[in-house]
Amino acid sequence: MNAPTLNAYKAKDYRSEMDPVWCPGCGDYHVLMSLTKSLAELGTPPEDIAVISGIGCSSRIPAYTNCYGFHGVHGRSLALATGLKVARPDLTVLAMSGDGDGFSIGGNHFLHACRRNIDITYVVMDNRVYGMTKGQPSPTTEPDWDSAMSPGGTGMSPFHPLVIALASGANFVAREFSGDIKSTTRTLVEAVNHPGFSFVEILSPCVTFRPDEREWKNTVHKAPVEPTDDPARAARRIMTDDGMNTGILYRGDRRPYHMQMDEPAAEAPEHLDHMFEI
Amino acid sequence: MTQQKRPKKSVSFAIVGSGGAGALTAGSIVLEAAGQTGWYGMMNRSVGPQIRGGEAGALLRLANHPVDCMNAEFDLLIAIDWKNVERFSAEMPVRPGGTIIADPALGDVPEIVTRSGAEVKLVPIKDLAASVKGGRANMVAAGLAAQLIGLTEEALTEIVNARIGAKGEAAVANSLACARAGMQAAAELGLGNTLEIGDAYQQEQGRWLITGNEAVGLGAVRGGVRFAAGYPITPATEVLEWLAAALPEAGGTLVQAEDELASVNMILGASFGGRASITATSGPGLSLMIETLGLAVASEIPLVVVDVMRCGPSTGIATKSEQSDLNVAVNGFHGDAPHVVVAPISVADCLYTAQWSVYLAEAMQTPVILLSDQALGQSRVVMKRPANLSFVGKRKTYAGASADDRYLRYALTADGVSEMAIPGVTGGQHTADGLTHSVSGAPSSSGVDQQEQMDKRRRKIEDFDYGIHWGETFGEGKTVILTWGSLTAPAREAQRRLAEEGIAVKVVAPRLLAPFPHEGLEGALKDAERILVVEQSHAGQFRTYLRANTDLPGEARHFHRPGPNLIGAREITQQIKDWVNQ
Repeated sequence: MNAPTLNAYKAKDYRSEMDPVWCPGCGDYHVLMSLTKSLAELGTPPEDIAVISGIGCSSRIPAYTNCYGFHGVHGRSLALATGLKVARPDLTVLAMSGDGDGFSIGGNHFLHACRRNIDITYVVMDNRVYGMTKGQPSPTTEPDWDSAMSPGGTGMSPFHPLVIALASGANFVAREFSGDIKSTTRTLVEAVNHPGFSFVEILSPCVTFRPDEREWKNTVHKAPVEPTDDPARAARRIMTDDGMNTGILYRGDRRPYHMQMDEPAAEAPEHLDHMFEI
Repeated sequence: MTQQKRPKKSVSFAIVGSGGAGALTAGSIVLEAAGQTGWYGMMNRSVGPQIRGGEAGALLRLANHPVDCMNAEFDLLIAIDWKNVERFSAEMPVRPGGTIIADPALGDVPEIVTRSGAEVKLVPIKDLAASVKGGRANMVAAGLAAQLIGLTEEALTEIVNARIGAKGEAAVANSLACARAGMQAAAELGLGNTLEIGDAYQQEQGRWLITGNEAVGLGAVRGGVRFAAGYPITPATEVLEWLAAALPEAGGTLVQAEDELASVNMILGASFGGRASITATSGPGLSLMIETLGLAVASEIPLVVVDVMRCGPSTGIATKSEQSDLNVAVNGFHGDAPHVVVAPISVADCLYTAQWSVYLAEAMQTPVILLSDQALGQSRVVMKRPANLSFVGKRKTYAGASADDRYLRYALTADGVSEMAIPGVTGGQHTADGLTHSVSGAPSSSGVDQQEQMDKRRRKIEDFDYGIHWGETFGEGKTVILTWGSLTAPAREAQRRLAEEGIAVKVVAPRLLAPFPHEGLEGALKDAERILVVEQSHAGQFRTYLRANTDLPGEARHFHRPGPNLIGAREITQQIKDWVNQ
């Protein structure tokens, strides 16, 4: 393993040669840029970073980086990242997901990853729609959004990921807008550096199935407050905001998960045998 | 194989009571004391779903020689109470001329128990317990059993001290007083030494007391497993609990997951990180894990999933054994997904097969499903000290970039196994993917990549040299009992009984179920004229699996039923006799 050398890397060192499958204008291009910039700023060698994802447009991102990656099954990126980080605490582990992957099929893992508070960073690129399957409502979609699969809308309240994260025990909660690369980069650096489970929701427009989201660049705004380490204050702010506030909204000091592995022994200890001897 | 000598004596008995009455504790103490005395034996349990108040039976077989399975009939049944006995009396029939010990205060012995013609002896178990301050009926039952089989008070005392010493001197004294009262009462029954086991082989040192689930855990750690994740499920939980305590001593750990989807993905992530990994579950959990097992096939990540089978489908009977997950383990994946399925053939073999599983998974970078079952997993046996095996998982890994080569994670190789780069290695960066991919791992929708990568993945599984470990054959004969898993032991016992009647039978049990062990199994069966396929499955999954993969020579018959009433040696013996003598 190489020791991290600060500022030795440029953003392009974290980018693979592969062309993304994303549509022109997709917010995820900007997320990829912010990610590679933040990794360069962190200065961790690419081989010591793992980017883990599930299924969906946003989950294609690992292969576009030059890090180790895992493009797994739908909804399970956090479980996979958890196993990797516990087994290999020396690695920097990011799980990267979308609103369907992370909050619908993977919703249960989200709760328990927050609770477990393992030192990983969870980035959800939220475009409030299933893009890869061509336009169905996700857990964060507005209740009256019309689609072929749910004509007239789902009628269901949108899921509030930041509140859930805070209530479930996440140690760092932030929201960013993909178009603000500078702010997103800075927040990702802080998220990776913060101990425990860091959750960053990035509003990332789907210009193909949600052309209305092109307007986001005009409606997002910086949260007019400083980050707090008081979960009650953070909860009040997040509960009452309009969903368009960006910035670091909670930075806690909850105790991270304790059962990370040491260097594994080459051979099984002999006294495991002795416990069975008569 | 060497035929075992005719056993001098083996005694089978059951202690039953309602859940919480302590029947299982009493059984464990007698088993352990028997082990200390120099005998061999095993104990299985028959319990209902309730933690308290359901039925609970300790089923024991003790002998002066190693035993692998329960007897089909019991010599002795001791009842602490008769609550819910109708639910499980069929699992522990008392032989004609056998003995039933019951408390007269419980009223008449249920007809369902006595109909075999066993002799009833009355002992005031509750009153004897009540005569001791803080006394418990289960220890009276332990004393009754100990006296009848010929255990000494000293042997019992040693185990009671070891087991409940932590509860204080008074608890130990009370327990021993109850046990003594039981022993005294048994001595007065006039049964003499009819149930005594006789000579113990005191000289055989280094024997083990272990369950199948513990043996699986130990085999995994010996094979190199250092990470586990799991979600509690009956009857597999003990594998996870054992690993949770043992792994930290080997620099490893176990994570309790939020569900089985998480546990299998956690071990996938840990294995991607370079650590040999395992989870344990039962049928419902295996069903949930299958999608990710397909991902492990496609992304070529080694892992081991232990399925301790229970009665299905759905929740079924969670506490009782069946062999009905063969189909889902072998064929449950979507797409064409070559992988490995193995099954231990005895409690002792759980250790061997688990260790081998880790070796196979790591060598081929593949998921391996180990099919154990409740009858193996929750049976506690006294057995000979197992040999140390050489199987230790070793992965073909990528050492790092040289001058101008480009690392190809899924390079096409002769044996189908490619070098796996572990995170941290410079130049080995790649994305493991469930998408069809090229040799580099780049997603692909090309027919060429699909064909090449599927060929490669099949090659590495099918061309692997599984050697002599594919299965076991015992004895010779043109009449064959073909079975698998926990039914191997009763098949072997049937073989011994048949040999006494001059009927030579060969027992064949594959340890490797997928890929199909053509060479080993077809070789073992080639001279067979009669093949009796024996399995604990209503649908006959094993027979279907055999017929889908090979043509059985000679005439084949099928003896099968679902759990929980386990197929025993007596029935298998009868099936063969009826056939041969036709």
